[in-house]
Amino acid sequence: MTRQRDWPQSHRDTERFEKAGSSLRQFAALAAFEFSRGFSTHGKLGFLFLVASATIEFSRRYATRNLFLRYPALKRRAKVSRRSAAKNWPGNSTLERLKTAFTFAALCLCASVAFSFSTQAQDLRWGGDAEGGAPYLLPDPKNPRQTIGFEIDLMNALGKQFKRKSVFVQNQWDGLIPGLQRGSYELAVNGIEITDDRKQQVNFSIPYYVCGEQLSVRASENSINSIADLKGKIVGTLKFSLAHRLLEEAKKEFDGALEIRSYENQNNPYDDLTNGRLQAVLMDWPIAVYYSKPNPKLKFTGSIIGEMQYGIAVRKDDSELLKQVNEALLALVKSGELKAIYEKWGIWNDETDKLFAKLSQPEQKSDALAEFTQTVSAKLTWRERLKRYWGYLPALLFVGAPMTLLISVLGMALAIAFGLALALVNLYAPKPFSWLARAYVEVFRGTPLLIQLYLIFYGLPGLPFGGIRLSPIVAGVVGLGLNYAAYEAENYRAGIQAIPRGQMEAALSLGMTRWQSLRHVIVPQAMRLVIPPVTNDFIALFKDSSIVSVITMVELTKVYGQLAATYYDYIGAGILTAAIYFLMGLPFVRLARWAEARLATDKRVVSSAKKRWLGVGAKPA
Amino acid sequence: MTNLISVNNLQKSYGEASALRGISFDVSVSELTVIIGPSGCGKSTLLRCLNGLELFDSGSVRIGEHELKMNGASHHHLPAHLNAQLRHLREDVGMVFQSFNLFPHLTVLENAVLAPTVVKKLDRKEVEERARTLLAKVGLKDRMDYYPSQLSGGQQQRAAIARALAMSPKVMLYDEPTSALDPSLVGEVLSIMRQLDDEGMTQVVVTHEMKFARDVADKVLVLSEGELIETDSPDVIFTSPRDEQTREFLRRYL
Repeated sequence: MTRQRDWPQSHRDTERFEKAGSSLRQFAALAAFEFSRGFSTHGKLGFLFLVASATIEFSRRYATRNLFLRYPALKRRAKVSRRSAAKNWPGNSTLERLKTAFTFAALCLCASVAFSFSTQAQDLRWGGDAEGGAPYLLPDPKNPRQTIGFEIDLMNALGKQFKRKSVFVQNQWDGLIPGLQRGSYELAVNGIEITDDRKQQVNFSIPYYVCGEQLSVRASENSINSIADLKGKIVGTLKFSLAHRLLEEAKKEFDGALEIRSYENQNNPYDDLTNGRLQAVLMDWPIAVYYSKPNPKLKFTGSIIGEMQYGIAVRKDDSELLKQVNEALLALVKSGELKAIYEKWGIWNDETDKLFAKLSQPEQKSDALAEFTQTVSAKLTWRERLKRYWGYLPALLFVGAPMTLLISVLGMALAIAFGLALALVNLYAPKPFSWLARAYVEVFRGTPLLIQLYLIFYGLPGLPFGGIRLSPIVAGVVGLGLNYAAYEAENYRAGIQAIPRGQMEAALSLGMTRWQSLRHVIVPQAMRLVIPPVTNDFIALFKDSSIVSVITMVELTKVYGQLAATYYDYIGAGILTAAIYFLMGLPFVRLARWAEARLATDKRVVSSAKKRWLGVGAKPA
Repeated sequence: MTNLISVNNLQKSYGEASALRGISFDVSVSELTVIIGPSGCGKSTLLRCLNGLELFDSGSVRIGEHELKMNGASHHHLPAHLNAQLRHLREDVGMVFQSFNLFPHLTVLENAVLAPTVVKKLDRKEVEERARTLLAKVGLKDRMDYYPSQLSGGQQQRAAIARALAMSPKVMLYDEPTSALDPSLVGEVLSIMRQLDDEGMTQVVVTHEMKFARDVADKVLVLSEGELIETDSPDVIFTSPRDEQTREFLRRYL
């Protein structure tokens, strides 16, 4: 069994970097991969040693000398510190520390990169997503640091055939094939269905498992027995799956009278089926066996729908490896080892039985091999490429963008209203209330938005007395609104506190109550002051709204994900989507600038700002 | 003449430091009272106690029918009835600040209209009518739709006076109304106060304008280190002060 701690440390970091999406780090990671492919292990180590010594030398001589040239004062200090350096190692002066830090950083960098290369050569590295869940890949419930699943068993058996150690590499499911092509691992295995679209990108091994889709409903439900009965219902499924495609087809047949909610992972749809958000769930049979069957409130209905084959994805240029994988798989099929694995996991089914019988016949074998080893060129001309991008636009603009806009605007409205209330309570309410407001701010800005959304969407329905069941759009708006309210509250607090005390005194001395003073004098001025930071937050929220895709909302980023996963085009579709975000945000920025200029309390600024309407922006008052 | 303002044994301290040490005085209807004294002597504190912007420790302030007694209340523990009392008192007491404190997001006219409509819930049209008259009176007839930042200091202070007058107060308090002004603009503000005095407005003024005090005041209070050291008509104070500290102070200011 492969353990997670066997992964080279730096590789795990690299994966994390990619998730974080930092382009610089991504570039560094890419550079590291390219580097790792280009040289032998010893060559790499030697080269790294050279780089390390050069860095250290540079930091010691050139950097310090350069600093001295720029800041003569440092040299004087350094002289003094050099005398005391012997006494106070590693040195008290900034310079000494700088040197130590440089050296240390360079050494760390080299060590980690060198380590990542040293273990790589002989292992059979394969990518999968442990978040994928049972029975494919999952963290062992008894020891979450360890990943288990029938695919782990499969790959260990395969590794034995190869006489290479099988090493599991965590990679997000959506990015499994891009990760394969980039060289993060040699094989991608995680319930990847063999489809024509994917065959354009990668080669597939012979299928290692076959199954169909299973419909689940609540135990009390008797009217749904097949897809035909789903008209007018709300049905959940996994995104990018065969089930999703089957439901899309059904939706077309019903003239749109079918609401599809697509989920990121497999237990959430069943939760929502149990608590009534959904009326049925269509899911790959093995998943249904693990997540629906054990739930007494749910039951299977109807027969298996459709059929899909899982294959091991191999890079197009790795035809030798593909041949080896196919031979090894066939050996495992013939020896009954694979069947034993499936039986151990309780997912042996008739479909796979038929497949294995077919594979075991010698004449079929060669056909299958021939079919799967042939490579299909996926090169597109730039004309075809443009046409494809043009084809993305309707989905992005008419499905994704309006939803993103709606959620962002409503979420921000909630954030502003609630944030203002929080700021006022924090500043003016009696102590227990102001403490509560402060605690709210700390908690909501101190915890991840993603987790808050999960709690609101999946947590609230589990509360006693039936819980609170919000629709995805309401949950999205509420989640974003509550989170950003914490930030807005601090903006308003800063704005209110920036208003001179004399304003409140003048208002009070005219006989106004504190509330009237706030309402007519303080808050209107504070509102104008905080326009720039609030605009900032709106733009941030606008982009953060992509996170609501985890609660089945189909918005811009989700549409992007769907397009990118369908066409394996992460770059083109990505640039297009980013451009749409950017262009949609621009009018709001303009609106804010206009409001800022319009409402400026110092009217002399207005005229100049108005003139610069198309320029950079208003000059601070 | 009846006393409109009665201050009785007013005491206030900030922690250890005593700001006002038992101050008592009266102001009659339509009197103009000037409070003078060296910096930090408690003049402003005393004035701000008169409309409750500053709370005092003991003693009492009576303005018209409103009588203020703190009974240990502080800004943090302001009982609701005292709060209401303060509000009613402030409706009758206008205040003008050294730094004008006009509402910068409102035009001059809106500044004057806000409080009567919000506090007294008067009809906006009538209030506006009255505000226009008052602004014309302080010489801002053609500046009503300007924002405070577009006005000179003197114009702003005159607008602030009009804003206070729009509440039809019985008493006007001025906290160094000309100290932030360019010397050439001081006159226009003082002349408004003079005009109000002629119309019979009761006014209490903290100022360093000794000439104004000598010419216009009915009564001058001299404060030093939180104590009222001399109260008399300006003629007496400015020609033959009895107190040594008063003499010392006037020597520096005249």
